[in-house]
Amino acid sequence: MNVSTILIILLIGAFATYFSGDKLASKVALLFSLAALGCSIVLLNNYSAGENISVINSWITQPKISFALNADGLGLAMVLLTAALTPIIIFSSFGNEYKNAKAFYGLILFMAFAMTGTFLAADGLLYYIFWELALIPIYFIALIWGNGDAEERRKAVVKFFIYTLAGSLFMLTAFIYLYTKADSFLIEDLYKLDLSACEQLWIFLAFFLAYAIKIPIIPFHTWQANVYQKAPTVGTMLLSGIMLKMGLYSVLRWQLPIAPLAAKEYMNIFIALGIAGVIYGSIVALRQKDLKKLLAYSSLAHVGLIAAGSYTLTLDGLRGAVMQMIAHGFVVVGLFFAAEVIFRRFETREIDALGGIRTQSPKFTSMFLILVLASVALPSTFNFVGEFTVLYSLSHVNIWFAILGGTTIILGAYYMLRMFQHVMLGETNSKTFADVSLNEGISFVVIIAVLLFFGFYPKPITDLITPSLENILQVINKN
Amino acid sequence: MDTNLALILVLTPLLGFLVNVFFGKSLGKTVSGAIGTIAVAISFVVSLLLFNQITSTGKGIEVTLFDWIQISNLKINLGFLLDQLSVLWLLFVTGIGSLIHLYSISYMHDDENMHKFFSYLNLFVFFMITLVIGSNLLVLFIGWEGVGLCSYLLIGFWHKNQDYNDAAKKAFIMNRIGDLGLLIGMFIIGSMFSTLDYATLKTAIAGASNLNLPLLSLAALCLFIGACGKSAQIPLYTWLPDAMAGPTPVSALIHAATMVTAGIFMVTRLNFVFDLATDVQSVIAIIGAITSLVAATIGLVQNDIKKVLAYSTVSQLGLMFLALGFGAYEVAVFHVITHAFFKACLFLGSGSVIHGLHGEQDMRNMGGLRKAMPITFWTMLISSLAISGVPFFSGFFSKDEILLTAFHHSIPLYVVGSVASIMTAFYMFRLMFLTFFKEFRGTEEQKHHLHESGSLITIPLIILAILATFGGLISLPGNSWLNEYLAPLFTKVAGEEHHLGTTEYTLMGVAVLGGLLGILIAYVKYFKQDNVPEADENITGLSKVLYNKYYVDEVYDAVFVAPVNSLSKFFRDYIETGLSALVFGLGKIANEIAFQGKKLQTGSIGLYLFVFVLGLCAIVSYIFLAQ
Repeated sequence: MNVSTILIILLIGAFATYFSGDKLASKVALLFSLAALGCSIVLLNNYSAGENISVINSWITQPKISFALNADGLGLAMVLLTAALTPIIIFSSFGNEYKNAKAFYGLILFMAFAMTGTFLAADGLLYYIFWELALIPIYFIALIWGNGDAEERRKAVVKFFIYTLAGSLFMLTAFIYLYTKADSFLIEDLYKLDLSACEQLWIFLAFFLAYAIKIPIIPFHTWQANVYQKAPTVGTMLLSGIMLKMGLYSVLRWQLPIAPLAAKEYMNIFIALGIAGVIYGSIVALRQKDLKKLLAYSSLAHVGLIAAGSYTLTLDGLRGAVMQMIAHGFVVVGLFFAAEVIFRRFETREIDALGGIRTQSPKFTSMFLILVLASVALPSTFNFVGEFTVLYSLSHVNIWFAILGGTTIILGAYYMLRMFQHVMLGETNSKTFADVSLNEGISFVVIIAVLLFFGFYPKPITDLITPSLENILQVINKN
Repeated sequence: MDTNLALILVLTPLLGFLVNVFFGKSLGKTVSGAIGTIAVAISFVVSLLLFNQITSTGKGIEVTLFDWIQISNLKINLGFLLDQLSVLWLLFVTGIGSLIHLYSISYMHDDENMHKFFSYLNLFVFFMITLVIGSNLLVLFIGWEGVGLCSYLLIGFWHKNQDYNDAAKKAFIMNRIGDLGLLIGMFIIGSMFSTLDYATLKTAIAGASNLNLPLLSLAALCLFIGACGKSAQIPLYTWLPDAMAGPTPVSALIHAATMVTAGIFMVTRLNFVFDLATDVQSVIAIIGAITSLVAATIGLVQNDIKKVLAYSTVSQLGLMFLALGFGAYEVAVFHVITHAFFKACLFLGSGSVIHGLHGEQDMRNMGGLRKAMPITFWTMLISSLAISGVPFFSGFFSKDEILLTAFHHSIPLYVVGSVASIMTAFYMFRLMFLTFFKEFRGTEEQKHHLHESGSLITIPLIILAILATFGGLISLPGNSWLNEYLAPLFTKVAGEEHHLGTTEYTLMGVAVLGGLLGILIAYVKYFKQDNVPEADENITGLSKVLYNKYYVDEVYDAVFVAPVNSLSKFFRDYIETGLSALVFGLGKIANEIAFQGKKLQTGSIGLYLFVFVLGLCAIVSYIFLAQ
């Protein structure tokens, strides 16, 4: 068995879901997503046992494009993240009714397929195809099943689509240029290229534009809050939980090793940009009126720190960044789900219109609070491990980076607890709030269990990702 | 064996927490309270066993569970260190903790969420134990932030009241400011010595030949900022008085006896770092002294019984830092312990009073409770005598040692500390006279229901009062068990064992007279002259400034909170929309170019030909010119 199996499962799943009809669609989708999760665990097992699970087939001969999938620890970690979050996301939607459900769930699986492909692709053009492919389902999900005024939603979603597409075109240009140099799109050939500093700078910037929009890094984030707010929560979860990690992952996989000289030369600027995102995102989050928008800006702050860690070009920075990607993936899905649970009952996400929920729903309150605490990186959650490692790596570059980036623990606590207070606490709300149902509870418990387990025992993940990160660093430092 | 013992110690309160979280409601109030109490009592018994083992072997116990976080040059274990210092802390954390749990069974019995209260208390004890016994700074940090979380949960325990929620949030955020300092301190130490483990660090520092002292001092300063947050020192102290929003047992346990001493614990734990950072030590001494004075002045005029005790706590913590600043760790630890006894007793006593008066906290509406609540009165009186430094009560010995140490190092700081102590004696007896003497000033309804609290409340009070009386015996001047017990921890031998000479006796006399003077003034003002503090609107002049706590909260609001909030609104309303418009603008420009370009496509062959020829000419002439 090799890594293409998981792609096949997801692709078949997408079609099977579509043809199973509206009634069965959600269950079929869940089944296939769980199969994909099972498959990825088996693959992980085989990989740990030393088995070769990569694929390389020539695909198109002129120009030379190969169907190359390479699963190393880093890639597998991201595949696992996708494979674990997809069933949670699908399951979390069970409380909602969607028209044309077969298309909705089919698109979710198709998106999981494209994102998994992005994490595995070892050929530049194949990677680019997967990268763009992932954009299509989320475009439709947000456009068709989103909420709020249809015209405004269309505007936000189209803007997002064109913006990210435009950014990616620069990446495509970079890949074509690289092909003229290496006569190959294969990642290992691109790693071997001996590019001048000037070439590297342009390539670095071309990649950066694509990734900065996707992640997003300020000031390229303007699409984010609106789309997060307007998309159906499932879409928001897919975007924030997995899709933005495509950008962060690509920084590590493609941008840094292909243009290491530029990365070294300008790392301080890019770290600073990431940290500016931390502070800016946190401050903007403070005064948001819409719960989903607040979470969007909080996400902006967190990914800023992850990006900053990546650009330190140290093992700690990279490792912390990857751990934080995983931790953030889970926590942000959980938080958006909490927003959804509230919306199901009160049909609003307006923070000022909420409050007084705690007295009515002890279970929901506890779970929501644990997620809030994980999000502010309380020690014993996985988020702390990632954040601590990243901040530590930043302190080695420049202590001020650590101090400024570290303000996240203060500002994060401020906006999250403020939100929690206004949403959950206070005099009992006049409207009835039913405590979480069994289905809702399961999603929360799974997420919380993951965050707490790896909070105390992150070793399995550290062991998985460290060798591949060391390889990447080796490429970066080859000169 | 040791591993098991350590695990029982830590995990029993965690188990208590889980049981109460999942089954507390169905178990009923008394059972859930009993489970919580027993869980902590078991930890106390284990602590006694450990104490016994350590006093007999003289060696600490190290337990390593597993690798936790792997950072390139740092390997951080989840491990415990049970030595003299941690076991001493364990004894009073779990000991006083058990008493306060017991007390809470009665105190919280009318609360519908009693099982939650006990689960949070148990969780607090779990984290506090983790903080104390962690073998490295990062395990300490788990506990450190964990107790902060429990403090947040318990301050906001009555979460329907948004003022209480504000207080809880404020406590958490101010602590996090300190925590950032602690983190940065850890980063510096980690990069200097490649370890965060206490034992390894101590060896590394002792063996280092070329220490970068300025950097180490910076680390010490950062760590001290962390201590300022948790132990409520200037400038991060304003959360503690607000924290009184929590139920009174919480104030006794968390905000007086245990959690707020974490900063002192950490500095003592890292004494070998602070010893090398002499400048930072001076900062600590000065901050401690100023905090003790500022808090004491505010305490002079407060009318809320718990607020008086809260400012008194801040002030006493300041005295402990004063001692730490002079490297007199054992003196600070001594005061931590005696303070835990008498302040826990005072808070629990005030809780008994508040309970008796159905929630009344304003001393202007109290008075004359001595007869109705004799046990509460006597135990609080004993504790007040102890905190005022009246001879032979525990506080006399510990406070005297602090002042003596200060006198040997810095006369100005000695004076500041002494003045704070006189004020302490005054406001404590102001509290006593206003609460327990003269006529009752509350409503008829309250008067009718006046009664002494039940035995679950009075027994802990009595035990704590006994400890507050005799606790000083552990470190008598010239013959200190405590100093000997703690000696293995410190690299510098306690420096000056104070020989009891004329100076010392004189100072002791001065301190005692000062304390008595404070009590006397309180007596004259609130007993003889029968003054009752003015209603809020009649408070003027200096008293008004003090009553309003020097307006520090208002200043912080204006300088930090308000600007951040305005900035947030500014970013939200202007920068965000501006950036968004910019991106849209790029799209519009593209549109516009297309629109203009469209106009060229007129369909006229003549025009196309003309442009074609023009272009051809341009290319040809370029080629010629280039040659």
